[in-house]
Amino acid sequence: MSAETAAKTIKKPSEALLSKRRKKIVSDPLVDNNPITIQVLGICSALAVTTQLQPTLVMALSVIFVMVMSNLAISLMRNTIPSRIRIIAQLAVIATLVTLVSEVLKAFSYDMYKQLSVFIGLIITNCIVMGRLEAFAMGSKPYDSVLDGFGQALGYSWIILAVAFFREIWGSGSFFGIPVLDPVAGWLGMNSLATNGLMVTPVGAFMILGLIIWVQRAMTKYVEQ
Amino acid sequence: MQQSNTYIIIFSVILTVVCGLLLSGSSQLLGPIQQKAIELDTKKQILGAVMSSEELEAMSPEEITAYYESHIASIVVNIEGEEVTEVEGTAITAETVDIGSNYKRIPEDRLYPVFIYHEEGNPENVSAYILPLYGAGLWNAIWGYMALQSDLNTIEGVTFAHAGETPGLGARITEEGVQQRYQGKEIWGEGGELESVVMMKGEGRDYSNDPHKVDGMSGSTITAVGVNNMLRNYLSHYQAFLTKMMEESPEKTALNN
Repeated sequence: MSAETAAKTIKKPSEALLSKRRKKIVSDPLVDNNPITIQVLGICSALAVTTQLQPTLVMALSVIFVMVMSNLAISLMRNTIPSRIRIIAQLAVIATLVTLVSEVLKAFSYDMYKQLSVFIGLIITNCIVMGRLEAFAMGSKPYDSVLDGFGQALGYSWIILAVAFFREIWGSGSFFGIPVLDPVAGWLGMNSLATNGLMVTPVGAFMILGLIIWVQRAMTKYVEQ
Repeated sequence: MQQSNTYIIIFSVILTVVCGLLLSGSSQLLGPIQQKAIELDTKKQILGAVMSSEELEAMSPEEITAYYESHIASIVVNIEGEEVTEVEGTAITAETVDIGSNYKRIPEDRLYPVFIYHEEGNPENVSAYILPLYGAGLWNAIWGYMALQSDLNTIEGVTFAHAGETPGLGARITEEGVQQRYQGKEIWGEGGELESVVMMKGEGRDYSNDPHKVDGMSGSTITAVGVNNMLRNYLSHYQAFLTKMMEESPEKTALNN
């Protein structure tokens, strides 16, 4: 009897699907560990696609899909990938997923495909994607990796949507393509509210992004290590 | 062992095959749908030369296709203006002519589609002739469609598209505001020679008195030069066709007014 109980391993209660630790994996990248504002990764697409909200939304959804699926795939394979070619293997997975996204977009939303053109392909070069694979997925279980990919992609998404919000209102006077500044000017009794052409260029994006980084770091009192 | 060379090679091969299968499988599956999307887009661009973008946006893909079927007839001509119905045994229609790959041949060898916008169901009552254009912008190719009214002189409208012009600068050729500048301009000069329409350098001037000039785009002069060349070249390629059409129906054309 005693031999049996001694041999019986103590079973750890399996972790809840949304335990505190796991919730943190998703919520950290939204503010405290934001890929764009804190880790300062993935800036290029943050500048390029954010002139309007609609392509930015498509970009955000694409990045979420690519990050979740690539984190999942690499995490599932993490014990079989030979260490010497792991970067190449990660790249192959990312490139395949991004190409799939691009092809689906081309088939079902040709207008968006034309507007986003090269930037979907550039997700492959987005440091956030490969960065998370190396830093997290290679050493974590699949479900945790999925949560991490989702959280990081959400952190990236809300920042680019915020930048796009300001750039579109200020630079084009519209919100998701619906003219907004002109009606507002009408209420105020003015002919029109001038838009700021600088916001349509990457310079404006840099400025908005800088302001967001400043505000966020001031609010969280972040100090760079 | 996991790190042995054989294992690495086998792993790489398997990974490559799996990725390759996924990609080629999706390509096969999505190919026809993409093809339809591209065709619809081409039809939208052609119709965009004669319709405003609000009207087009409001139409569903089926409506656009139906409208195209009932309003657009097409022929293909060569540089002499003669109709071409087949090349080396294969029948050709305007929709199958690839303007981009045609551009690579010398002008004398190219095929020139013409889209005829007519009253619904009545191909005799022509509202406009739509000519495809192709050229080089600053970074990559630019193309578009020019619709000429039945006098073959006044521009009904244009649409432009590009492969890689600078967003906010050269890419503005796709803006309706820029394209509308061409409406009402004329391509033939006083003496009957082909003058085309030139986009001027700088923005903000009023060219409503000059039928051959349009306001430019600030900061996008090189793209504008590309557009000007594209218009001039293709109008001269279509010149034989246009002259023939004008001779056939002199009562409609401006030269005799």
